[in-house]
Amino acid sequence: PRLSSNEKLMLASMFHSLFAIGSQLSPEPGSSGIEMLETDTFKLHCFQTLTGIKFVVLADPRQAGIDSLLRKIYEIYSDFALKNPFYSLEMPIRCELFDQNLKLALEVAEKAGPFGPGP
Amino acid sequence: MSSELFTLTYGALVTQLCKDYENDEDVNKQLDKMGYNIGVRLIEDFLARSNVGRCHDFRETADVIAKVAFKMYLGITPSITNWSPAGDEFSLILENNPLVDFVELPDNHSSLIYSNLLCGVLRGALEMVQMAVDVKFVQDTLKGDSVTEIRMKFIRRIEDNLPVGEE
Repeated sequence: PRLSSNEKLMLASMFHSLFAIGSQLSPEPGSSGIEMLETDTFKLHCFQTLTGIKFVVLADPRQAGIDSLLRKIYEIYSDFALKNPFYSLEMPIRCELFDQNLKLALEVAEKAGPFGPGP
Repeated sequence: MSSELFTLTYGALVTQLCKDYENDEDVNKQLDKMGYNIGVRLIEDFLARSNVGRCHDFRETADVIAKVAFKMYLGITPSITNWSPAGDEFSLILENNPLVDFVELPDNHSSLIYSNLLCGVLRGALEMVQMAVDVKFVQDTLKGDSVTEIRMKFIRRIEDNLPVGEE
């Protein structure tokens, strides 16, 4: 089920706070924050870059290969969003090339299915 | 992409700025600003592609900048020298600078810091990984020095928007 933009924003801000609380609560010092949240219906994966940007993916609990997907998304972001001079940082990304390439990456990950991407 | 096109493009940029702003100081500021805007974006590309983790101290940062970043983007590996006793300042020595291939500074632009864009880039990029630094040229082959030297000084860690979980 697709989330509306509003729901996405709410999820993002809620998650951002949960992430912060989670890192503070962690019994391990220097915790890397919430990397994965598992529920019955979905799994939420989060990747935080050294610059503080979080990439969040909601996927089927059985889906594998999300880690490499997250890193691929980081690359796509740094290419199509950041290298587009008309995209302002911290704003919603409305770049067609970004969307297109993101879709391609998602399709590749989905095809890989529960057994992970091939070699 | 050929480095000639890059040199020409950068040259066109600088000369246009010189026409737009009549004095060298203003041009230097603009170059720094533009560099900064490039730096804050370039850092993500760098991190996404180079897979380096967080640096634990300024020395590591210096190494990564000289050996990975400069190599990746400009194809040169500056050497790191002149560490301050406190370990918070160092110099990058560039034997050659691709930005200034074929460039000569005329007398009427003697205070122009031609490659000042680089200072802005370094400053912007490091700011995004929570380091406030001061970057400036202390030697410039365009001004008759034998090498180009960039001095980098660590000012402080930026704590306000630290990604959570980082110490």
